[in-house]
Amino acid sequence: MKRISVFSRTEDCSQALGRRIGEILEPGDILALRGELGAGKTLFARNIAYGLGVPPEIPITSPTFTVINEYEGRLHIYHLDLYRLTTPEDLESIPWQEALYGGGVSLIEWPERMEDALPEERWDIHIEVTGDTTRTFVVEAQGETNMARSGRWEKALAEVTAMPECA
Amino acid sequence: MPFIHGRQSNMKHPPSCTKKQLIHMRSIPGAPPCPPFTAVVRCSFSVRAVGIKARRPPRTDQIRSGLSSAFMNGLILIEKVLIFFVTKSADERNPPDTMLVLGIESSCDETAAAVVENGRRILSDVIASQVAVHEPYGGVVPELASRKHVETILPVIDQALREAGITASGLDAVAVTRGPGLIGALLVGLSAAKAMAYALNKPLIAVNHLEGHMQAAFIEGEEMDRPCVCLVVSGGHTALYRVEPDGSSSLLGSTRDDAAGEAFDKVAKLLNLGYPGGAVIDALSAKGDPGAHAFPRAFMDSDSLEFSFSGIKTAVAHFVRRFGPPSSSEIYRIEDLVASFQEAIVDVLVSKTIKAANRCKLRDIAVVGGVAANRRLRQRLSEEAARLQLNIHLPSMRFCTDNAVMIAAAAYFNWKRSGFCPDLFELDALSRWF
Repeated sequence: MKRISVFSRTEDCSQALGRRIGEILEPGDILALRGELGAGKTLFARNIAYGLGVPPEIPITSPTFTVINEYEGRLHIYHLDLYRLTTPEDLESIPWQEALYGGGVSLIEWPERMEDALPEERWDIHIEVTGDTTRTFVVEAQGETNMARSGRWEKALAEVTAMPECA
Repeated sequence: MPFIHGRQSNMKHPPSCTKKQLIHMRSIPGAPPCPPFTAVVRCSFSVRAVGIKARRPPRTDQIRSGLSSAFMNGLILIEKVLIFFVTKSADERNPPDTMLVLGIESSCDETAAAVVENGRRILSDVIASQVAVHEPYGGVVPELASRKHVETILPVIDQALREAGITASGLDAVAVTRGPGLIGALLVGLSAAKAMAYALNKPLIAVNHLEGHMQAAFIEGEEMDRPCVCLVVSGGHTALYRVEPDGSSSLLGSTRDDAAGEAFDKVAKLLNLGYPGGAVIDALSAKGDPGAHAFPRAFMDSDSLEFSFSGIKTAVAHFVRRFGPPSSSEIYRIEDLVASFQEAIVDVLVSKTIKAANRCKLRDIAVVGGVAANRRLRQRLSEEAARLQLNIHLPSMRFCTDNAVMIAAAAYFNWKRSGFCPDLFELDALSRWF
């Protein structure tokens, strides 16, 4: 596992980080978004989707009610929210295999609800609340393929932190 | 499985999720076209990709459709039971003077059925609520919802017919919620309705759940003879519509992130207040000071009719982090906290509804959906309507939550506008549908 840690002082910076991640995602990527209620997981997922080329007029809304929302960008996007799932059996009520193995990218909120079923090859993104608008993003590249790609991610995220939004 | 036409069986996938897509129904010569539903389809449940496009082969137990086998068996059972027991009647359909509709609703928590004449006269109204089942989880759990719907739908339909004092063959049409909602839950009602319509040789009317809610404001009150602005606000939806007297609607603006009811549920969970969050916060707020704490009001830009409620949830989380959980706090009163939170949401809902009425130059406003049961929202909107001399239409409490009367009512107007659905085999459930 390779770890990249990025500190964001403002919401603009967090948004820029999300969009940059969206730009470098590849088919089949699975992102597990971790953080407490109100940390900004849906907001981060939204910016990843916009980074993937979803037009800005398309609202990326909370998938809590529908569990899975789909969008079409440069890649097909599955936005999952497992908040309301409580047992492994509950997982069977949603088509999660299609989302994870369907060749698009999946952004999973509350991934801990499917822990054992979560593929080894994934990106864990921990959103840590450090203040009202400040966040620390800890990106963990899990699996060999992703670890080999983590250098590119580190470079891309470093570029964002050098931008005026993150000053 | 002839009648199960959810996304998981028809193997179709929406071509694009960013485009508005017209769902065309195959039409039968001479039959009226199915309602021209404009849908933005963002959620599909096909099994197309599991084995084919996978980067690696999934485990055998993963190669299953999205729904559990127990649930699928339940659906098949419904069809078998209905087809076995209901005698096929051969009566030809004539345009009826009175339209007796059985409405079926299963989009989220409630399994409901109702018989309504001409969209207004209620002959029966049966609801089996799942709130007790979901209570320990602090929210609606999809699989639980599906299982519970399978168990209760037939007794609920049966009771609705008995209370109405009619047999199934006396109905003029069967109406059902097609979406939006939880796909597994929707499929139970849709499959039951399709099976019934087929076995009884009755026409089917597919209803948009939100258009059902819009009718709820007019079921008991005065007739809708002018267009109105309608705020649909619940756990899954927050949107403003312009509603025409014929029941059709057009979207004016909706939430960019969370629904208002979702904010209530999540804040209640954050504060360990129990489920359903909206009702608990409503009750606690009555004893609190709504001006005690200043939470952000997300008005977006001044012209926008869109909403955003994710920021306020984060603000409450910050508050709790700073001042500690309510149980141990001597710094603040929980009643004041939730009253202030509720006030911030109500402020935005009221102001945008009034803004929409001004923009559309309409004198009638309505608020419907689960959050329309919130007493503070009803009070504030009524005050504002009185001040501006607007007519306000509020459903009674029992028609705020999901029910089948509103589905049968919307179905009647749907039928008057565009007739019956010509091909029930083509009809599938839509988890998102604007």
